[in-house]
Amino acid sequence: MEINMTFLGQMISFAILVWFTTKFIWPQLNGAIEERQKKVAEGLAAAERARAELKDADAKVAIEIKQARQQSTEIIDRAQAQANQIIEKARAEAIDEINRLKASAQDEIASMAQRAREQLREQVGALAVKGAEKIVQREIDPAAHKALLDQLAAEI
Amino acid sequence: MASEPQGGLTEYIQHHLNHMTVNFSADHFWFWNLRADSIIISFVLGAAFCLWFWLYARKATSGVPSKGQALVELAIEFVDTQVKDTFHGDRRTVTPLALSIFMWVFLMNAMDLLPVDLAGWLVHVFAGDEVAHHTYFRMVPTADINTTVGLSVAVLFIVIGHGIKAKGGFGFGKELLTAPFHASNPIAKLILVIPNFLLNVVETLSKPVSLAMRLFGNMYGGELVFMLIAGLMVSWISFVPGVVFNTAWAIFHILIIALQAFIFMMLTIVYIATAREHH
Repeated sequence: MEINMTFLGQMISFAILVWFTTKFIWPQLNGAIEERQKKVAEGLAAAERARAELKDADAKVAIEIKQARQQSTEIIDRAQAQANQIIEKARAEAIDEINRLKASAQDEIASMAQRAREQLREQVGALAVKGAEKIVQREIDPAAHKALLDQLAAEI
Repeated sequence: MASEPQGGLTEYIQHHLNHMTVNFSADHFWFWNLRADSIIISFVLGAAFCLWFWLYARKATSGVPSKGQALVELAIEFVDTQVKDTFHGDRRTVTPLALSIFMWVFLMNAMDLLPVDLAGWLVHVFAGDEVAHHTYFRMVPTADINTTVGLSVAVLFIVIGHGIKAKGGFGFGKELLTAPFHASNPIAKLILVIPNFLLNVVETLSKPVSLAMRLFGNMYGGELVFMLIAGLMVSWISFVPGVVFNTAWAIFHILIIALQAFIFMMLTIVYIATAREHH
């Protein structure tokens, strides 16, 4: 229990130690700690922000998907309607064509029948003349009437 | 030494309580005794602390810290938390002070865990028997009252400095004379100057005394117990209980080492915080 010069020496040592710590140890380490704290806080905030953004994006994507689906059904509907329309039109056209063909065929048939009838009439006329000839031959001098008969035959 | 024929336990302990003393003055007046062992050990430990922390402070990164940096930061954050809880103000000088006190006192206290005969044995091995017989060396600087008083007086100066800085020289002097007893009447004020001043002087002086005595008492007592236990190891009969007691006391002493360092730091912070308060 003797207090002597040692006490002064220890005070000086202590002063040096405190000075060194204040100057060279504390500011650097505390700076690093505080900067890291800031970084961590920023990182956490960024993560929070990203999470919120993700939620927003998810909602947006859901809306987009819904719209796209709606659009696609619309397009399909429209395409179907168009196809129906085309089919209807084609059918109408086909029916028209059929009717037209039928009409022209009928006309042809009619004209051909007409012609046949005329030919028939002519042939009936010739036959009638021939029949008449046969009947009349006996009374008619073939020589006298030969020129007339030739003319008739040429005509037939 | 204990194994020497003339030595009993009393002599062994008395031998171990002697400091390595150097006196540079011509008349060898006792005040000029310098306890070289306290100075050397405390200086080496302080330098070790500075080097250790400085190495990590130099390449401190705010990114992912190395394990060594994390350990250093752990100590710093522990101290800073204590300071933050007690002292509300600019911590730029207070926390380094608290950190220095804590680490230095802790390391000096921790010297108590080295074997009590280690220093003597080393001198014996390297310098021979003759030198060892009259060379004294105590390993625990905080078991020397000079170290603890040196620390606590330095702390007292710092505390007073904080008081003057916070209140101004005039405010500090005024408070010395008008607190803790207040009066509105000028005459009563004048009468109260003397008791106020005396009380403040006692209060101020009690701080370093209690700081120094608490630390010194704990470490001196701890060292003494280690020496007593070491005395048990002289005979083979008491050797095993000696080992058991030594281990038990060392484990308990780890608590005291850390606790006393913490108390010294904590009280310093409290004194600074009170010094800055206005009464």
